[in-house]
Amino acid sequence: MAALTLPALRRRRLVWALPATLAYLALLLGAVVALAPFLWMLLASFKPITEFAQYPNDLLPHVWRWGNYADAMQSFPFAADFLHSLIMSVSQTVATVIVSALAGYSFARLRFPFRRACFIFVLATMMIPFQITMVPLFIIVRAAPLAGGNDLFGHGGTGWLNTYAGLVAPWIASGFGIFLCRQFFQTLPKELEDAARLDGAGEAGIFWRVFLPLAGPVLAVLGIFTFQGAWNSFVWPLIVTTNNKVQPLQLGLAAFNQEYGSRFDLLMAGTVVASVPLIVGFLAAQRYFVRGIALTGLR
Amino acid sequence: MAAPVHKGATSPLVRARASGRHAVRGAGLARREATWGLIFIAPAMLLFAAFSLYPVLWTLGISLTYYSIAVAPKWAALDNYRVLLRDPLFWKALRNTVVFVVGTVPAHIVLGLGLALLLNLPLRGRALLRSSYYLPGVVSAVAASLIWLSIYNPQAGLLNDVLGWFHLPPQLWLQDPDQAMPAIMALSVWQGLGGAMLIFLAGLQGIPQLYYDAAAIDGANGWARFRHITWPLLFPTTFFVLVTSCIGAFQVFQQPWIMTQGGPLNRTLTLVMSIYLNGFQYGRMGYASALAVVLFVVILGFSLVNLRLFNRDVEY
Repeated sequence: MAALTLPALRRRRLVWALPATLAYLALLLGAVVALAPFLWMLLASFKPITEFAQYPNDLLPHVWRWGNYADAMQSFPFAADFLHSLIMSVSQTVATVIVSALAGYSFARLRFPFRRACFIFVLATMMIPFQITMVPLFIIVRAAPLAGGNDLFGHGGTGWLNTYAGLVAPWIASGFGIFLCRQFFQTLPKELEDAARLDGAGEAGIFWRVFLPLAGPVLAVLGIFTFQGAWNSFVWPLIVTTNNKVQPLQLGLAAFNQEYGSRFDLLMAGTVVASVPLIVGFLAAQRYFVRGIALTGLR
Repeated sequence: MAAPVHKGATSPLVRARASGRHAVRGAGLARREATWGLIFIAPAMLLFAAFSLYPVLWTLGISLTYYSIAVAPKWAALDNYRVLLRDPLFWKALRNTVVFVVGTVPAHIVLGLGLALLLNLPLRGRALLRSSYYLPGVVSAVAASLIWLSIYNPQAGLLNDVLGWFHLPPQLWLQDPDQAMPAIMALSVWQGLGGAMLIFLAGLQGIPQLYYDAAAIDGANGWARFRHITWPLLFPTTFFVLVTSCIGAFQVFQQPWIMTQGGPLNRTLTLVMSIYLNGFQYGRMGYASALAVVLFVVILGFSLVNLRLFNRDVEY
């Protein structure tokens, strides 16, 4: 670098100024394109329905109609569906975090027979898209023994259809979650468990008291991704819910769209409410998102 | 359906290991460790066995039967597959799905990498820009579809307004057989780009600054640095994005399901939509499973082709 004289540097800066400005403008334009649909959604959620009929219509509402939100929530069981989504997402998140932490820790730090084979099996589960198994998965959940009027062999009733168990159980074990936790637990020094062993701690105690407290950040990453995935899930709930007993919000929205597809005012208001928890959560926990992707290269 | 979980604490393998490499730690300790190791993975393995392994095998089995949920399965040998090969809707769905994959995956890679390269520079407001590009990936596919459904609406939508600003004629978008699939692809790129960008950014940050410093001393310009350092060292990341976006794109279902229900003229019917329709609306679970097996083979084939064409070891 020392070889560059001052005029040379200045010339370089000039040569770079134009492309850099252009690139910056392109980035800004792209960001506008990325955000415009959200802005449109927000503005549309305040427009009276009559304003959608004008062409060309104006971006800003002439009248700001806050009542769209109240109307949207009364036009389908919005609050109930919101609650269903919340219960489903929270229970799946808790279960996935526990199961992944246990298995990830075990794969990272304990020696047991067939460890390698089991871990390869875990990785293999990530390669198989759920869409390929959705037919038998439905049959399995419907045949859950002793549930929903079923006998011990899973006959006679509806099993776990229209239950939280049916919504959540197939997704508790997560190849991504186990992999993420394993990667994390492998980075911790061996002295930790040696010291605990010398103190006479059992394996469960070592995990619970020594390692789990250190895993807060990685479990937060896993929790956020799991919650997001559960909250946004659509295809599986579409298959295992046949009434609105535990119907999640995404399904409620889609059903509302099928019935009242032209009510953009209510649809956009509903979509805003359904998306706000995630958008706020993302903005609050951004660094965890980025770290999670950096840690595993996966989503 | 035996789960690969064994009460292996007393198996010969463990004893051999305990008395060999880890003799110092004592056989008791090793056995205790093995027991707890298995206990800790047991919940995950049992769940995987019930909800991953079993259904995968069963998909294959059902695909060889006539089966609807109301009637007991009847052996069909390869009939479902024979019907499938002569089903014009299957070929249409396959074609649409491949068009979707081929259209969206390169966009994810090129735009995602471009964004990551630019947003890896020390720019003002970089964090804010990154968040803006990632935000569409945060909301659900349902929400995204509903937003874009209203944007694409020929009368009330934003897009025809924008065309109007430039005095361009309004379009039918999702109602036009030729525009519907590209419109859905645009929405998918909008939603998936941020994720690809973040993975590329993580990859870029893994390249040691040392290489760039050395290249700068050698007088390498921006393009040469990209060509000879960034691109080859980023290759594992690019390959990863390629394979995972392909697998993801083959599963496209929610957006066309909500926006077009497969229309117009079945031009947005996808393979997963066919599986869903046959399995859960037409009561043809055997046929749906045959479609699922074919989808799996197609995905596997695509992944293998990717592996052959693009995967190479990086040499330093």
